[in-house]
Amino acid sequence: MNSREIRELFPILNQEVNGNPLVYLDSAATSQKPVQVIEALDRYYREYNSNVHRGVHTLGTRATDGYEGAREKVRKFINAKSIEEVIFTRGTTTSLNTVAASYGRANLSEGDEIVISYMEHHSNIIPWQQVAKATGATLKYLPLQEDGTISIEDARQTITSNTKIVSIMQVSNVLGVINPIKEIAQIAHQHGAIMVVDGAQSAPHVKVDVQDLDCDFFAFSGHKMCGPTGIGVLYGKKQLLENMEPIEFGGEMIDFVGLYESTWKELPWKFEGGTPIIAGAIGLGAAIDFLQEIGLENIEAHEHKLAAYALEKMSAIEGMTIYGPMDSAKRAGVVTFNLSDVHPHDVATVLDAEGIAVRAGHHCAQPLMKWLKVSATARASFYLYNTEDEIDKLVQGLVKTKEYFSDVF
Amino acid sequence: MSSKNLDTLYRQVIMDHYKNPRNKGILEDGSLTINMNNPTCGDRIQLTMKVEDGKVTDSKFEGEGCSISMSSASMMTQAIKGKNIDDALKLSKIFSDMMLGKEYDDNIDLGDIEALQGVSQFPARIKCATLAWKAMEKGLNENNQ
Repeated sequence: MNSREIRELFPILNQEVNGNPLVYLDSAATSQKPVQVIEALDRYYREYNSNVHRGVHTLGTRATDGYEGAREKVRKFINAKSIEEVIFTRGTTTSLNTVAASYGRANLSEGDEIVISYMEHHSNIIPWQQVAKATGATLKYLPLQEDGTISIEDARQTITSNTKIVSIMQVSNVLGVINPIKEIAQIAHQHGAIMVVDGAQSAPHVKVDVQDLDCDFFAFSGHKMCGPTGIGVLYGKKQLLENMEPIEFGGEMIDFVGLYESTWKELPWKFEGGTPIIAGAIGLGAAIDFLQEIGLENIEAHEHKLAAYALEKMSAIEGMTIYGPMDSAKRAGVVTFNLSDVHPHDVATVLDAEGIAVRAGHHCAQPLMKWLKVSATARASFYLYNTEDEIDKLVQGLVKTKEYFSDVF
Repeated sequence: MSSKNLDTLYRQVIMDHYKNPRNKGILEDGSLTINMNNPTCGDRIQLTMKVEDGKVTDSKFEGEGCSISMSSASMMTQAIKGKNIDDALKLSKIFSDMMLGKEYDDNIDLGDIEALQGVSQFPARIKCATLAWKAMEKGLNENNQ
């Protein structure tokens, strides 16, 4: 994989920010988009924008083909058994909320447990807090090891016969750790619980096979994997989805509408009320084509190499604290850190002046920040278009940051 | 360094307030207490103010955050001490205008606060600077009701 050639396909990367070439290290927040995706969106709006599933006219058919064609691409991408198991949503947050509000409320009652972990993103915490409050179920947290990983032993201890739902992220947006989802799913199933996976940080970076993971639900977003914002996916096993009620009602999702009663369309459309995110789905389809052409295994290997390089170079800076495992084999392309007593916002501002974009804050993971005993951290995250050269620039920027703040103090 | 001059942001006086914050702590008994945070970044402040006869007689803050938010809190508590409520709120309006790059009443001596003017050129950091001031406004407005 040649990241220099790949960079050429991302027009946004070819610019200067504050007088320096842009070094974009915030792909865990949102990834940049290749020309293939930008052109797919442009083509849709220029040539065949139309509503789907209803028009008899030619454009309507083309739009429907584009939209449903994207669903088939997603199905292949995650190896779902059928397109009935692939629901388009607004993103990971909506996908997880759909599971919590539909499956959760219908299947939980007092005495039941929901198990999540300390490293979850707010979008995999709050929906469960809400459903726990509404049903009287108990929310339990899987503890973390010293290095921020989840141990199978802890999973065995925490998941019990009262557990009905286990919901864990596959890759952490802060620690970069890759969680043993397949093993946790096995434990969940042994106790009759379902396994929900937040795949927001894994689907863009590693090959996902929902049948191999044997998860019951898998949620992810398009915008973190070179696709547009506003489109995401909820995968669910057919027999579970069939027994679930929609959470949004209106056009598109109905079969027959009477004055007092209505019936729903079959899967997956019963969960897609309203005019769907047509352009978004088509853009996501183009992103999947793009990623698959390069090969997820190549992307994963590239990011792995970058993470190892970054860990080595960054940890050599005096006063650097890196969160999560130092063993690069245990992590994806996310490095979260603090630099001596310089606040992460100040780190991010100085780096920005150098054209380097990193994230600073709590990364939508306040319970994890508490566990790490910090109020905020800075994060550099990598994707297929990043290079070792850019990590060198980050390291130089961090050294400058340190010098700058030791001067002003 | 670059076209964006960091020195306009990180002025010496700001770093001094950050390293040696004035009025750090909590006022007990009968003081107004306002907790505020910036949910997008995790900065938080607990501001306490003593108001007697329509006048802010004392103020302290606790919190965690970046150099801009903490130095701004330090300067703000310093500035409002001894001011009556209306003048304190007026100062807050001036500060807000200054952050937004608007014209503001420059007949008032802003003292150290003037150093924060550079923040207006860093839009991503304006919310850091205004956190303590928003807390002060909230407390005094509630007290006024």
